Amino acid sequence: MARTCALTISAATEVNEHDLTASRLGSLEYDPAPESSAIAHFRSSYGLFIDGAFTDPSSHEQFVSLNPANEEVLATVAQSSREDIDRAVRSARRAYEEVWSHTSGAERAKYLYRIARLILERAREFAVVETLDNGKPIRESRDVDVPLAAAHFFYYAGWADKLDYAGFGVNPRPIGVAGQIIPWNFPLLMAAWKIAPALAAGNTCVLKPAETTSLSALLLAEILQQAELPAGVVNIVTGDGSSGAALVDHPGVDKIAFTGSTEVGRLIQQRVAPSQKRLTLELGGKGANIVFEDAPIDEMIEGIIDGIFFNQGHVCCAGSRLLVQESVADEVLRRLVRRVEQLRVGDPMDKNTDVGAINSAAQLARIRELTSFGESEGATRYTSSCTLPEKGYWFAPTVFANVAQSHRIAREEIFGPVLSVLTFRTPEEAIVKANNTNYGLACGVWSEKGSRTLWVAQRLRAGVIWANTYNKFDPSSPFGGVRESGFGREGGRHGLEAYLDV
Amino acid sequence: MSTAPLRLVTRDDYGVKFASASVVPAIGSETQLKSVLGALAGVDAVGLEARCAKLATRSIKKSTKLEAIDLAISMVDLTTLEGADTPARVSSLCAKAMRPDPRDLTVPSVAAVCVYPDLVARARSALANSSVAVASVATAFPSGRASMRVKLLDVNDAVEAGAHEVDMVIDRGAFLSGRVGEVFEEIVAVKEACGEAHLKVILETGELVTYDNVRRASWLAMLAGADFVKTSTGKVSVNATPPAALVMLEAVRDFAESTGKLVGVKVAGGIRTTKDALRYLVLVNETAGSTWLSPDRFRFGASSLLNDLLMQRLKQHRGAYVRSDDFSGD
Amino acid sequence: MSDERLDVRKTYKLLINGAFPRSESGRSYKVSTKSGDFLANVAQGSRKDLRDAVLAARGVQAKWWASSAYNRGQVIYRLAEMAESRRDELANHVGAAEGLGEQQAEQSVSRAIDRIIWYAGWTDKIAQVYGGANPVAGPFFNFSLPTPSGVVAVLASQESSLEGFVDAVLAPIAAGNTVVSVASELRPTPAVLLGEMTATSDFPAGVLNIVTGVTSELAPTLASHEDVDGIDLSGVNLDEANELSVSAAGSIKRVFRPRPNDTDPTRRLRAFIETSTVWHTIGQ
Repeated sequence: MARTCALTISAATEVNEHDLTASRLGSLEYDPAPESSAIAHFRSSYGLFIDGAFTDPSSHEQFVSLNPANEEVLATVAQSSREDIDRAVRSARRAYEEVWSHTSGAERAKYLYRIARLILERAREFAVVETLDNGKPIRESRDVDVPLAAAHFFYYAGWADKLDYAGFGVNPRPIGVAGQIIPWNFPLLMAAWKIAPALAAGNTCVLKPAETTSLSALLLAEILQQAELPAGVVNIVTGDGSSGAALVDHPGVDKIAFTGSTEVGRLIQQRVAPSQKRLTLELGGKGANIVFEDAPIDEMIEGIIDGIFFNQGHVCCAGSRLLVQESVADEVLRRLVRRVEQLRVGDPMDKNTDVGAINSAAQLARIRELTSFGESEGATRYTSSCTLPEKGYWFAPTVFANVAQSHRIAREEIFGPVLSVLTFRTPEEAIVKANNTNYGLACGVWSEKGSRTLWVAQRLRAGVIWANTYNKFDPSSPFGGVRESGFGREGGRHGLEAYLDV
Repeated sequence: MSTAPLRLVTRDDYGVKFASASVVPAIGSETQLKSVLGALAGVDAVGLEARCAKLATRSIKKSTKLEAIDLAISMVDLTTLEGADTPARVSSLCAKAMRPDPRDLTVPSVAAVCVYPDLVARARSALANSSVAVASVATAFPSGRASMRVKLLDVNDAVEAGAHEVDMVIDRGAFLSGRVGEVFEEIVAVKEACGEAHLKVILETGELVTYDNVRRASWLAMLAGADFVKTSTGKVSVNATPPAALVMLEAVRDFAESTGKLVGVKVAGGIRTTKDALRYLVLVNETAGSTWLSPDRFRFGASSLLNDLLMQRLKQHRGAYVRSDDFSGD
Repeated sequence: MSDERLDVRKTYKLLINGAFPRSESGRSYKVSTKSGDFLANVAQGSRKDLRDAVLAARGVQAKWWASSAYNRGQVIYRLAEMAESRRDELANHVGAAEGLGEQQAEQSVSRAIDRIIWYAGWTDKIAQVYGGANPVAGPFFNFSLPTPSGVVAVLASQESSLEGFVDAVLAPIAAGNTVVSVASELRPTPAVLLGEMTATSDFPAGVLNIVTGVTSELAPTLASHEDVDGIDLSGVNLDEANELSVSAAGSIKRVFRPRPNDTDPTRRLRAFIETSTVWHTIGQ
C-alpha cells in the first residue's frame, strides 16, 4: 500500500468534481513587498576591469544590460575585443609572475577572507543588483546566491595556506593564468566558484561574465579594489561569445574553466584540445528526480518544486525529469499541480515572489519552442494560471504529464520552469530511465528507505545525488558532472585539483 | 497537429478539495488503527523545517497586514490557566475578549476565552450575549495523569457549566508506548461526554518529539472524532512550533480531502508576537487555505499575544510605534 | 637437424569480451623483433573489432564496478600471480620487442608485475584517498565517492610494451572502469600474453579488451566513439594526440595525455575517476 494517504479513499478519484467544496490556497493575498532598488547604484556605463582599474574597451563599443523583468536598461557594458582580452591576459600574467606567485598562501588567504567579508557587508546591494540584472527572485539572491558566494570565498581562503595537505603531494604548484567563462544563471555565485579556488591555489584570473548578466561581477570588481587585491590578479572582461572565444584561444592562458551549455562546452573542448591548456567543464543536465512510493510526500512535493522552479529552472542541475513510481503517480501529480498553481510568479524584487523573470528574450524563445514540442508529442500540459506581467520575459510554471522517454522535453535541457513527468514501476526501471541520457550532472531520490536510497545512489550516473532534498549547494561539497555534463569539480578539496598543476 | 489536451490550471480547480460526504472510516480495532497510522507518509524533518523557514520569509505588509492582524485577533483563545486564577481575573479577561480595544470598536472580538473547568460558569456569565465562546481545559489538564473516570468527570463538569469547547490532553505515554487503541478510545469517550461541545485534542507535540508522531497523532485524533487538533498545553518546555503546526495543517487538509470532514488546528504556547502569529497564518494560507483562515478552523491559544496584535494594529493605522501601556494588562 | 623438435608457434589473437578471436577482418600483420627478425603474425584489428570491444566493455562495466573493491583487488592480484608464473615467456617477448638484454628484460617484467600488485592494492583504497565526508553547513550527511568514468579507451605506449601497457590499462581498471586497449603497434606480443593471462585470473569477460593492429587506423574510431567515456593517448605522437583530442571532445571525453618525465603515478589513477557526491538529510 502506498504510504501517502492513510485511507483508501482518494478525493481526486471518488468525488464528483463539480460537487466539491474547496479551500482556496493562498486566498490571503499578500500586498507587494518590494525590496528597494535604490540601494543599487549603477553607473551609466561600465568599462573593463583590467590590471586593477576600470578601462575603456579598445573599440569603445558598449552593449546594454537589461532588467529582464521589465526590459528597462540598467547600464551599458563594454564589449571586449581580441585586443582587450589580450590586455587582460597580459595583466594576469604579469600579476602572476611578479606578484601572486610570490605571495604566500597565508597572505592569499587573507585577501580571500577580506573578499568574503566585503561581500557580506554589501550583501543587500549585491542581492538587489543580481535580481535586477538576472530576473531571479530577491528572496533567492538574498538567501542563496549572495551568502553562498561569500561562503565560497571564506571556504577557499582557508585552503590557500594548506595546499600541502590537500592530498596532491607536497608544494603543489598553481597552473598559471586561468581564463574563466561563466553563465547568466548565477552570475555572482559562479564568479565566486571560479575566482575563489583559483586564487587560493595561486593562479591569476581573467573572468568573462555572461553577456546578459555582467553587473554583479563588475560590482565584485569594486569589492576586489576595496580588498586591495593586487592589480591584475583578477581581471573581469565583459562581452559576448566572441570575447569568450578570444579568451579560450589566447595562447597566454594556461587553463580554461567554463560553465555553460554542453553545446558550447563541446566547442571549447575542441578548440582547447590541440593546446596544452588545462580544461574543466561544468555543462548542462537533465536531472532525474526519482520519487518512490514511500517518499515523505509533503517534503518531496516541495523538493520537486525547488528542483525545477528554483531560479526559474535556469539551473544546470535542475530536476527537470520527474520519475514517479506508478503506484503514487496520480496523487503526486495532483499535489504537484496544486502546488505549481500556488507559486507566486512576478516582480523579482517582491520579497514574496517565488518565480521571477526569464533571463532573456532568447532564452524565452527557446523555452517556448521546446515546450511546444511537449504538446505536439502528446504530453499533457498543466500550466499555472498566474497572471504574467506585460513587459519583460515571462514563462508560467509548467508541468507535462504522460511524457515518454523519447519526447524531446524528456531529453533536451529546457533550462526553464518546465517539468516533465514520467513513471516507473521498479527501482531497476527508475535507474535505467534516469541514466538514459547523455548528461550526468545531478539526480534526486525520494524515499524513506535508506538501503534503497543508497542502492539507487550507487547506480545513478551523476556527479551529485540529493536524497530527500534537492538543489542544495555548499562550498565544501564538490559539484560537477559526468559524461556530457562535463568534467572537473567545483567546491571542496576536489575543487582545488582544477587549479593545481597536479 | 496537436490533439493533446492543454490543461490550464485554475485556482478553483486546484485548491484543497473535500470529499462531498463525510466518510470517516470506523476504526474497529487497534490493529486496524495501527495499519492506518502506519500507512501515513513519513515526514522528513529537514525538508519540513526548511519549508517553514522559507515561509517565514513571507513579507506581510500594508492592507494584508491589517487584514491578517484582525483575523488573528478573531482567532485568539484568550487563555488563563494559572493556579492563581480568580473569578475577577476571568471577568476582566472576558471583557477584554469581547472588546479587545475599548476605544476602537472595529477591533473584532476574540474567538474564545479558555479557562479551567471551575471558572467556566463565571466566564459564561461574563460573556453572555457575546459571540465569544467559552473553552475549558479538561481531562486532568495539563498532565492527563488521572483515571478515565476522573477525566470524564472533569469533562462533565466543564460541559455542565456551559463550556462550548473542551480542550483535552492525550495520554502521551500510551501513544509513545504503542497503545494507540487506548488513546483512541479515550478521545472517543471524551467526545461523547462533550455532547454538543466542540472537542479540541491536545497532542502535546513537544512530548511526541518526532514529526512522524505528530502526523500519526493528528490522524488518530481526527479518526476518533476531534473537532480540533491542538499542539500543546503551554505547560511544557517545547510548545507550539511552526513545523509541528505545518504537519498538523497538512493532516487536516489531507483528512478533509479523503473524508470530507473539516478539522481545525489550534496552536498554543509561546506565541507572543504579531510576527509569530502572522507566520502561522502564512502556514495556514499556503497549506490548508481559505477554509482554515477562520476562527472556526484555526485558533491561537495565547494570553499576551492579543496585546501585541493590538499594538501592531494601532501602529499600522497610526504609522507610528505605540507604547504597550496603551493596552490593559489582562 | 632432424632430431631437433619443430616448435609449436602461437597465433597472436585479439582479446574481446573474454574470447580470443582473430580480427573479424581476417587481416594480420607481421611483427618483428627489435633487431628485425620475424616474430609473429599478429591479428590486425579493425573498426568493427573495436565496436565489439566497446560493446563488451560497456556491457560488463556496471558489473565490474558493482563487485566489491576487495574482489577487484583479488582479480588483479591473480593476474600478477599468472604473470609471475610466465615471467620467462614475458621476458623473452619484452626483450625481443624492445631489444633488451635478458637481464634488462627480466627487470622490466619484474617491474611490470610489481606494478600490477600496486594496482591490486589500490582498488579498495581509492574511495578512502579520493573520497570523503564534506562538512556542509546544514543538516545533511554529505559524502563524495570516487566512481569510474565508465569505458576507457587506451592507446598504449608504443615503446614500453609491457610496463607501459600495464600502467595504462590497470589504472582505469583498478578504479572500476573497463578498458578497450590498443597495444603497441610494433611490439604487441607482451600485451597479448598479458591478455591471455587475464583468462586465468577471473577477469570478467570484457573488463580488459586488447586489440592489436595499426594504431593510426584504430585510434580515430575510439576517439570518436560516443560510448567511450575517456581516452588515454599515451601511444600517439603530439600531432596525433591533438587531432584525437579534438575528436574526443565530440562526446566530452576525459582525455589523458602523458607528461614528459612524469613522476606522479597517481595521475593515471585520477584520470578516469569521477566524484559523485551524495547528500542525505539528517533528522529524527
